[in-house]
Amino acid sequence: MGFNSPSLEYSALAPMLVIFGAGIIAVLVEAFVSAKLRPSLQLALSIGAVILAFAQVIRLRGTETVTVADNSVIIDGPVLFMQGTILVFALLGLFLIADFEQFAAQASAVPGSQEERTAIQTGKMQTEIYPLTLFAVGGMMLFPAASDLITLFVALEVLSLPLYLMAGLARRRRLLSQEAALKYFLLGAYSSAFFLFGAAFLYGYAGTVQLSGIASAISGGAGNDVFFLIGIAALSVGLLFKVGAVPFHAWTPDVYQGAPTAVTAFMAAATKVAAFGAALRIFYTALAGAEWSWKPLITSVAILTMIVGSIIALAQRDVKRMLAYSSIAHAGFLLTGILALNKSGLAASLFYLAIYGLTTLGAFALVSLVQDSAGEVADLNRWVGLAKRSPLIATFFALFLLSFAGIPLTSGFIGKFTIFSAAYESGNTGVVVVGVLSSAVAAFFYIRVIVMMFFTDPEEDTVTVTIPPQFTSTVIWIAALTTLAFGVFPTPLLDAIASLSTFVR
Amino acid sequence: MTLTIIGALPLFGALLIALLGNSQKENIKKLALLTTALTFAATVVAALNFEIDRPGFQFVEKYSWIPPLGVNFQVGVDGISLILILLSTILVPVVILAGWNESEGGRFSVKTFYILMLVLETMMIGVFAATDVFLFYIFFEAMLVPVYFLIGGYGSGARQAAAVKFLLYSLFGGLLMLASIIGLYVISSNQIGRTFDIEALQTLKIDSLTENLLFLGFFIAFAIKAPLWPLHTWLPDAAKSATPGTSILLLGVLDKVGTFGMIRYGVELFPNASKTFTPLIITLAVISIIYGAILAIGQKDIESLIAFTSISHFGFITMGIFAMTTHGNSGATLYMLNHGFSTAALFMTAGWMISRRGSSTIADFGGLQRVTPILAWSFFIAGLSSLALPGLSSFVSEFLVLVGTYTRYPVAAIIGTIGIILAALYILIPVQKALHGPTTPGNENLPDLNKREIIAIAPIIALIIGLGFYPKPALDVINPAAKATITKAGFTDPAPVVKGGDK
Repeated sequence: MGFNSPSLEYSALAPMLVIFGAGIIAVLVEAFVSAKLRPSLQLALSIGAVILAFAQVIRLRGTETVTVADNSVIIDGPVLFMQGTILVFALLGLFLIADFEQFAAQASAVPGSQEERTAIQTGKMQTEIYPLTLFAVGGMMLFPAASDLITLFVALEVLSLPLYLMAGLARRRRLLSQEAALKYFLLGAYSSAFFLFGAAFLYGYAGTVQLSGIASAISGGAGNDVFFLIGIAALSVGLLFKVGAVPFHAWTPDVYQGAPTAVTAFMAAATKVAAFGAALRIFYTALAGAEWSWKPLITSVAILTMIVGSIIALAQRDVKRMLAYSSIAHAGFLLTGILALNKSGLAASLFYLAIYGLTTLGAFALVSLVQDSAGEVADLNRWVGLAKRSPLIATFFALFLLSFAGIPLTSGFIGKFTIFSAAYESGNTGVVVVGVLSSAVAAFFYIRVIVMMFFTDPEEDTVTVTIPPQFTSTVIWIAALTTLAFGVFPTPLLDAIASLSTFVR
Repeated sequence: MTLTIIGALPLFGALLIALLGNSQKENIKKLALLTTALTFAATVVAALNFEIDRPGFQFVEKYSWIPPLGVNFQVGVDGISLILILLSTILVPVVILAGWNESEGGRFSVKTFYILMLVLETMMIGVFAATDVFLFYIFFEAMLVPVYFLIGGYGSGARQAAAVKFLLYSLFGGLLMLASIIGLYVISSNQIGRTFDIEALQTLKIDSLTENLLFLGFFIAFAIKAPLWPLHTWLPDAAKSATPGTSILLLGVLDKVGTFGMIRYGVELFPNASKTFTPLIITLAVISIIYGAILAIGQKDIESLIAFTSISHFGFITMGIFAMTTHGNSGATLYMLNHGFSTAALFMTAGWMISRRGSSTIADFGGLQRVTPILAWSFFIAGLSSLALPGLSSFVSEFLVLVGTYTRYPVAAIIGTIGIILAALYILIPVQKALHGPTTPGNENLPDLNKREIIAIAPIIALIIGLGFYPKPALDVINPAAKATITKAGFTDPAPVVKGGDK
């Protein structure tokens, strides 16, 4: 038996190939270019690659749906939208990373060691973050496009491994950062194992790893139901871990807190798109026929996620942890989009992912600006009276929080409205009611921060807000403008999403 | 374009103010006053062109806004909303004039105060004019933001806590309403295509369980806003902490959004559910009347007192709405207007008393009649209007509400009348303590009202007396709309029965 080399459709794969190619070049740059040139070269290379890839996505939009790379990848409307969204987030994330001075001088040096001190003294700057980001972006773009379980798993690992490393790169409080990275890695590896386990059982059930094959096996009705149920359950665990749903959410606050803020921003926005993209594809295409097997499970996870995320966020005293629990609550809202299982559910999810990511990037970018002499200050108690000293920053942060809370005239409201109405339309009324009520709880802690910033007098021990570096302020402005614009005139984005074909089964 | 222009005027003024420097305080105030006066003038001109006998909405405008969701920017007024827009637009300039200096010494600048105030006026006009449920919701929620900053930024005492309490209560109600709106939206997209048009939504056929639930979502939001016992606890705190001007707008206009919503989005949209819940709601309304009145009697703080009297008054309004008679309904709408005036007058005079004396405790005043006669008389007339003395405006509306309720729910109406007796107590006791008797030491040199303050309160007192003697112009506008509401709800007025009369 001879091997045929797989035929690759380079055109359809171009966005991903550009990113992966640039990632490999970046590794070479890391090895061969002098340390002085590296930072600017790496930045230019990464940004160039992201823009080029985005141009490829734009070129591909509206083209016929294609199955490429020997049926392992599907490029359809929703995938292109998600890839475009991820690339936009990557661009903004790279902006933040470029401005961010809080990365470890030398990641390999042991915290507190002589080697570390030397690295800081000699002004070393690590630039590995750029190739790592590129690989993560590539994996994220592949994740929702994968059309078989093996490719899914490969994409999952490609996107996760760089993120584990990136989480550990903080310059200050390195032990916390490394602890976060290790925790993320261990739990992530564990969930990957679950995912693979689930994939194996689904293979045992359907005799194929193709998502379309699993769908037809379900509609055929033949096969071992026990294998099927174990497969779904384990696969769901892997996916729910990545989206940060309760009870698989434990890593989220620690990683959000420990990771360098620029990385948190990128991760919070882009990983959500990739993970929900893949989850949407799997549940909408492969498992749609068996909705009665998984709907009760996902419904209870969604309800639990919304409630736990909102309630535990109430008790947080750290901005980054609060935003982490808020992201958990939002994962719950997004799960209602999966439950909807109809075209408007898909459209609403895509819209929600896009606008939520933009707001999240803006919020974390702002967090990175609030500093004292020892670096970033995430302790909420020290944010009091921020509006007195920097009204603009406080106003922007309030805008982002109001959008998270879903107040009208912000994009968050339109997102919530569309995703809840999709869920209601499909008959998941209970989830909608829980969602609305937990939004009310969530509103409380967003407002508490606004009260702290605007209505409480600053104590003596104050934080300073650094003057935003160029790139960071660009990110904040883009985030603020889109948060408002998509709140008042969401039509272009909604129309663009509505014009996409639905997932190809 | 009429309504859009009226609504956009304050916003335009806010933009102009934003361009002024922070230090030009007088110019900022004058510009704010000018803008709001112009807005009121424009509203009056529009009202004169309102055709009383034409059914349905007038000055209708409709522009497509978010087509994928079926949302339109759609406005129009009937008699009820026209009256409420008139009330809002007259109160804002009066509030600005009356509280000329209350914007100073707040947490934020004078400029911010007036920007918030003007933005709030735009939203108040929008919330009454909207005929698209989505648009209504946007105004309903977005309105909270300026009020929140007005209370928390410029109030006194525990202002932050009061502001947060207000916001959380309102958001909670608003989110329940959002769930109902989503439900309506889905039902409409199944039956008649995606729309939020209030008139189109009235034609939906909804099964009774769903209708009840959707109604409750709306009603709880409105009952918090109005506020109805037992959802009222945020109001006294907010009214006490806010500046008098903000309190006037809060009680005079914003709370009317609740009672207005009960008519427009409760009774008209869900007639069957309204019918089902009427006994419960009437009961709550009666409790509010009595409870608000009794607690008002016990208040030592003048601003809390006014807040509790309002809870009693909102009980009357709610009772009138859910009596489901034309009299009750038009009485309720007229009540909203009159309550706006009498509360405004009370809060204005109370605010002046407080700023002069530096205390809001009733016991700190005494003998004001001799020291500051104009102030005392204004307070007295406002108080009498609040207790619905015949000849003053509130009497007409309270009478209509009670008559309208009696024809269908005699027991509730009879218990409600106890509220009138209690009203005499909660008004006359502070009047006696604060205005009459010997002058409390320290009050001898309080200045009487100055020219600006007299100009501010004169139109309100004039309206209170004028509408008391001749309520016809207001009733002419309200009655057709009230009749239409009752018809839409599927009720006919019970014919008066004279028992044992013609044997």
